[in-house]
Amino acid sequence: MRSSDEAGSPALKVVNLSVGFDRINVLEGLSFDVAHGSALAIIGPNGAGKSVLAKALIGALPYEGTIQWEANTKLGYVPQKLDIERDLPITGSDFLRAKAAVVRASQVDITNALGLVGLKIEAVGKPIGALSGGQFQRLLVAAALIGHPTVLLLDEPTAGVDEPGQDTLNETTERLRKERGLTILFISHDLSVVYQHATNVLCLSRGHTCFGAPKRILTPALLAELYGAPVAYHVHNDLRP
Amino acid sequence: MTFDPNAIALSIGAGTAAGLVGCFAVMRRMTLAADAISHIALPGIGLAILLRVHPILGGVAALLVGTLLVWGIEGRTRLATETIIGVVFSTALAVGSLITSGDQLIEALFGGVGHLTTLEATLGLLLSLGVVVFIVSQRHRLVLALVSPEIAHTTGIDVRRLNLFFLLVFALTIALGLRYLGVLLVGSLVIIPAATAKRLARSLRGMLVISVGASIASTTLGTWLSLALHRAPGSMIVLVAAGFFLLSLLRRSGN
Repeated sequence: MRSSDEAGSPALKVVNLSVGFDRINVLEGLSFDVAHGSALAIIGPNGAGKSVLAKALIGALPYEGTIQWEANTKLGYVPQKLDIERDLPITGSDFLRAKAAVVRASQVDITNALGLVGLKIEAVGKPIGALSGGQFQRLLVAAALIGHPTVLLLDEPTAGVDEPGQDTLNETTERLRKERGLTILFISHDLSVVYQHATNVLCLSRGHTCFGAPKRILTPALLAELYGAPVAYHVHNDLRP
Repeated sequence: MTFDPNAIALSIGAGTAAGLVGCFAVMRRMTLAADAISHIALPGIGLAILLRVHPILGGVAALLVGTLLVWGIEGRTRLATETIIGVVFSTALAVGSLITSGDQLIEALFGGVGHLTTLEATLGLLLSLGVVVFIVSQRHRLVLALVSPEIAHTTGIDVRRLNLFFLLVFALTIALGLRYLGVLLVGSLVIIPAATAKRLARSLRGMLVISVGASIASTTLGTWLSLALHRAPGSMIVLVAAGFFLLSLLRRSGN
């Protein structure tokens, strides 16, 4: 299960990865490479271990096997929707400043990151619990972009974001990948986005994993097997040749 | 009625430390843990009295050992922190009440008046300064770990070690107020001003400033009232802090 189209050392090499809780393995014997500047989509039904994989990849969960990031990798991570108290007196600015201070980034980096995700300065002045779902997700992506990451790992970054907002975020990550050579790993339930933006797809399902280019492996038969029912995805007209 | 300059200086120092630590304790939903952790001081105070050592030293030692115990058990089992704190604090309370005699127990529980020596005040002020330096220098790391431990982890923060340091600083802050407020009331000095600030503030800076202000106002005004009314300082300080909290409720509902 390796991508064959890459040259040189990959941005990420995973060999025989197993992650488990209470002696039950959620992920077992997983191996894949992610090439520099590519976009890997991680798909699968709920409970298949997508977020567990993301947490193992950032080193926040114990695991067996090998996870090897290329030397000097700087990771920007966007977690799945967070549960934040509405009246928490921490503003978007407080949060971005905290990230910038820890990774020694400047105010200019904060302003640039806000510009990239299309978040207005007035919005980040509000407490984070008072932001809309879409604003909060953009804030998380902006925080991930502070400190010049070489890899972005996004766990359902557009969950709770309205459709124009989703398009903005997806286009932003795609642009960063193309212009700055960032390597992107993203977890998504939106197969249209996967088809549109992913270089490779890693599908996770209990007892079944697959890896390859979306056009090659996202077959109706595979999707039915993954999700247990026929699934259709829509390819946007503007992308058709 | 006499003003003790040492007591005033220490109430400002301890108030500042409690106000800052309280903000992160309240935001981390450690409100009940604050009360429980403070009880861990009791067996240390009892043991210190038995061994004729300064009671506060015993209290500080017990708090630090208790904190390490809670942190250690938390890392090795999958029990909730609250469960562990519950077990450790009840055990500490049981041991403490066994080895502490009547009057001493009352003073350990509710705090006492007594004159502060210059050495006590100096040590207290140094401890306060240490707590303030920790919170101010680590506030960005604490904010990241609060919003998402995973994001904090990806920036190179050792979240588990940060949690340990926070718990230790929290225990030291509790120790600062032990003498005046006693085991039962000291947790309130950390929690109530911060809870007041959380209701009023709209940003981290706002919360820190309001919390420190409310905390210093509570300790100094409470100490003054206790002298004027010949009452125990602990109760007066907590009543003033609770008064500010009630006022914050009125203001919010009036908006």
